[in-house]
Amino acid sequence: MEKFEELKQKAKEEAEKISSLKTMGDIKAKFIGKNGEITALLRGMKDIPADLRAAFGKRVNDLKEEVSAFFAKKEEELKAAENALKLKKEAVDITLPGKIPQVGGLHPLNIVKNKIIDAFTGMGFEIFEGPEIDTDYYCFQALNIPKDHPARDMQDTFYISDNVLLRPHTSPGQVRTMENKKPPIKILSPGRVYRADDDASHSPMFHQIEGLVVDKGVSLCDLKGLLDEFVRIIFDKDTKTRFRPSYFPFTEPSVEVDVTCCKCGGKGCNLCKGTGWIEILGAGVVNKKVLEMSGIDSNVYSGLAFGLGIERITMIKYGISDIRTLFENNVSFLQQFNRR
Amino acid sequence: MKVPFSWLKEYVDIDCTADELVAKLFSCGFEVEEVIKFGEKIDRIVSCKIVKIERHPNADKLSVCQVDAGEYGNLQIITAATNVFEGAIVPVALDGSTLYSGDKIKKGNLRGLPSFGMFCSGEELGITDDWYEGASVHGILIIKEDVELGKDIKEILQLNDVMFDINVTANRPDCQSILGIAREVAALLNKPLKNPDFSYSTDKTISTVNSVKIINNDFDLCQRYKGHLVKDIKIEPSPLWLKRRLFLMGLRSINNIVDITNYVLLEIGQPMHAFDVKDLSDSTIIVRRANGGEKITTLDDKEFILNESNLVICDAVKPVAIAGVMGGLNSEIKSDTKTVLFESAKFSRDNVRKTARTLGQRTDASARYEKGVDYLSVENGMNRALHLIDELKCGTIACDEYDLIDAPIKEKVIETTFTKVNGVLGIDVPRDTIINILERLNFKVDACEDNLKVVVPLYREDMDSYPDIVEEVIREYGYDNIVPTLLKTSSITSGGRNDAQQTTENLKNLLVGYGYSEMITYSFVAEKEFDLFGLDKSAKIRLKNPISEDLAVMRTSLFPSAVRTAANNLKRKNERGRLFELAKTYENKNISSIGLPTETDHLAFIAFGENEDFFTVKGVVEGVLETFCREQEVKYVRSTERFMHPTRSADIYLCGEKIGFVGQVNSEILSAYDVEKPIYGGEINYGLLTKFFNGKIIAKPVSKFPTVERDLAVIVDENCLYEEVINCIKFSGGKYLERVMLFDVYQGGQIESGKKSMAFNLVFVSLERTLSVEEVDGAIKKILKNLKEKLNAELR
Repeated sequence: MEKFEELKQKAKEEAEKISSLKTMGDIKAKFIGKNGEITALLRGMKDIPADLRAAFGKRVNDLKEEVSAFFAKKEEELKAAENALKLKKEAVDITLPGKIPQVGGLHPLNIVKNKIIDAFTGMGFEIFEGPEIDTDYYCFQALNIPKDHPARDMQDTFYISDNVLLRPHTSPGQVRTMENKKPPIKILSPGRVYRADDDASHSPMFHQIEGLVVDKGVSLCDLKGLLDEFVRIIFDKDTKTRFRPSYFPFTEPSVEVDVTCCKCGGKGCNLCKGTGWIEILGAGVVNKKVLEMSGIDSNVYSGLAFGLGIERITMIKYGISDIRTLFENNVSFLQQFNRR
Repeated sequence: MKVPFSWLKEYVDIDCTADELVAKLFSCGFEVEEVIKFGEKIDRIVSCKIVKIERHPNADKLSVCQVDAGEYGNLQIITAATNVFEGAIVPVALDGSTLYSGDKIKKGNLRGLPSFGMFCSGEELGITDDWYEGASVHGILIIKEDVELGKDIKEILQLNDVMFDINVTANRPDCQSILGIAREVAALLNKPLKNPDFSYSTDKTISTVNSVKIINNDFDLCQRYKGHLVKDIKIEPSPLWLKRRLFLMGLRSINNIVDITNYVLLEIGQPMHAFDVKDLSDSTIIVRRANGGEKITTLDDKEFILNESNLVICDAVKPVAIAGVMGGLNSEIKSDTKTVLFESAKFSRDNVRKTARTLGQRTDASARYEKGVDYLSVENGMNRALHLIDELKCGTIACDEYDLIDAPIKEKVIETTFTKVNGVLGIDVPRDTIINILERLNFKVDACEDNLKVVVPLYREDMDSYPDIVEEVIREYGYDNIVPTLLKTSSITSGGRNDAQQTTENLKNLLVGYGYSEMITYSFVAEKEFDLFGLDKSAKIRLKNPISEDLAVMRTSLFPSAVRTAANNLKRKNERGRLFELAKTYENKNISSIGLPTETDHLAFIAFGENEDFFTVKGVVEGVLETFCREQEVKYVRSTERFMHPTRSADIYLCGEKIGFVGQVNSEILSAYDVEKPIYGGEINYGLLTKFFNGKIIAKPVSKFPTVERDLAVIVDENCLYEEVINCIKFSGGKYLERVMLFDVYQGGQIESGKKSMAFNLVFVSLERTLSVEEVDGAIKKILKNLKEKLNAELR
């Protein structure tokens, strides 16, 4: 009996001393392997009197289980230690920079253009893009600007021939739509436009969006409502509009639309030159003559039109002071607009 | 349009401040761009009397003056001026004062003696003789009146005026005058307008009609021509009030007759001209188109050769004025002029504009005519000029005049309804308010129930129909009264981008996902870029009036702009970048079919930086085609574009049609931009690509049975193309070959020289069952057999 206790003690001590999983097998075998000391006890069963054999056998098996448990426990400990070591080796500085997948971005002018388009398509507008090279008729005459009209001084137009020119505004889109579509009409006509001008606030090529509504009974109040909604989407929900009388040959009455300055909120700052207001677009009720020239009965339908410069809105929105920055396409500049 | 506040007040009792008026004008369509306060900077300059003058003990050219400056006490002022004398009253700039120019004056020490300020000249106060006699002399301004000492010089010299610089829109030429603005102000403030005096006395014995002959041959270019004779002309300086008005408006006084014509242009907005009758051959005036090659020398001594489109005023033999532009030197007013013929006319604005532009001779008169003059101002201008002749007593006025007019003057009538007016506005402006507004604006109103009949004043040639009436009502009533509504009567429309527009956005977003940033470059380029890139110039479109040679031709390809942009970025030390642009190209093809040049959308993209190579840009093309044109036949062949690298670029064929090119840019092109690093990119004809769009998705089932994978490495000739191998494998792989992927290309080592190894991963699968080993082996065997036969390929 002392032998049992001795073996158990010995196995426990040796198991505790094991320092690596590699040596575990051999030491474990010394006790419970095929030639181990505890296995040897069973082999000595034949010398035990038959009536005691069963009790002896049970005691040996119990011992074997107890010893196995010592090794199992140790094995678990060693595995946990080794795993901990492995994880420690794999450790990274989680504050190091990650590897960002490179994405590009749309040009700021098109980000703003899309925002405007989204604002109006939500209100039922479709998109129509007309040609950039157009005739004198569509660019001027059909918009109530006859040849040698003083309003032609408002645009310094690029000509290709006497009759063909680079459109100085997106307004020909109005005419082309009205010629081809029956009311109700709600369209936006975005695109490149051209004027012979080149300085910090003018570019010989720039972008406009023209909006047009033709339907029964539309009024200046509807124009105000549409544009109020639009500026709230483009700037912020507290932005307000102000109409003031102006003149465009293709609308009557015509208005300039100002918005409360997005920088100072209307208190007055350098952006709005202390007035609290910024001029952003021109608009009005479509001139009867323009409707009629495009084949729309002005006794039945009336129209609203507005036109705005995308550059101007973009510059106000992003605080850009020189328009030429927008056409240099410096990668470092463009990447600022990758934020969504 | 510059308008002095003081002048405006002569016609309207203005009971508000300048700032209040600015705000009111703004709200009714007249933006005041600048409020100029004349003499605003002048500060602490007062009148003083020189009591004693002594020579400066240390300087011959300086005098030491003791002055009495009233409440500012007795001061010592040292001056170099020689026109001062004891007892003279002069302006003195005190210590800490500011001159007209903004310069500050402080007390100082001159050659050992203190000076407590400075005497001022007219120039230092911003004035000339036209404002105050003696102000132009070289020296100190001597004040002639007996004024209180120590009084602010601005009050003494009336330098407190405020000037409005008003932006008048192109539809309101009638407001290009002081009187025109005054009419608006009177309406705005609801005050009566005090018209200037148009009356004059005549001499019954003098007749214009009996003295001169006037013929108008071209009523289409001259709708009204008035001529009025004035005899016994006395050429004299103008009175001070007249000089001052001109001075305020920036004009120099010449003599009474010239000043009167200038004054009428400012006040009434009517250009006037005066001919010396003795210089008119046969005492005749003929209004006609010039004969080609006819010459005239204008008042400013410039000679012009005229053509048939120029309207001229002639005597019996020669032109004496270019109509609406400038008079001729041959009939100008001289100091001995005795009899003049005043001209007041309405010339067509288009013609004056054209003449002034083609001759390069733009004058105050032509600028005014280009905006448009009306029938009434012709009359008002003439009457006002004659009134001034009378008032200045500088001539005897004939009792009759010529008034040649194209058709009897008729007032325009607009008939509408109150309902219509309010319908456009969307609000209900009370009927009485509408009537009141229109009457204030000098419309004659006839209202009967809902009907509104309006007679338009002659000077309002911009008024055509009821929307014009609407505008008049709302700009006076106030746009702030417009209440926002959201198309309450309008039909519902679905709106949104159409499929093509949405696809374009999808394409852009795909490229953004590939790391490309969108660029926007000018549509016009330099012609020399066509030469550098060797582009076809036959269809190029050139601008007639480019702003520079660098922006003179509409581009037929986006690629040069993309390369230039990449080069500029490298120059700005942006070491890497990916850029794309989707924009139009312009070609003068098919011009007969729609009469306009062809505009085609193109997509260009460009990449530079150490990670870029042929395959990163080819990958963009493949990605785009895989996304938008899947299952269409694509082929890459060595590019024929001269501006691309001859062995690292490809032309892209989609279903047999060339849609673009991709690859490395030829280094010869880059050296023209001083770029040494490689640039990669390509261009696709997007218009053409859209023909092959295949966005329709029909979902295919995915097999439930296991796939069988095999790797296959074959040795082929080193010049053998991947395309040939893959096509052969796909062709012979049978119907269960699901996909093939190249995973290695290897040369050297155990591979015989002149050969290369290509390794592929093949995946077989069936939708119906598990494939047997024999089936797959059979397919592999067939592939190898075909590879051997077609490409002499061996299994490695």
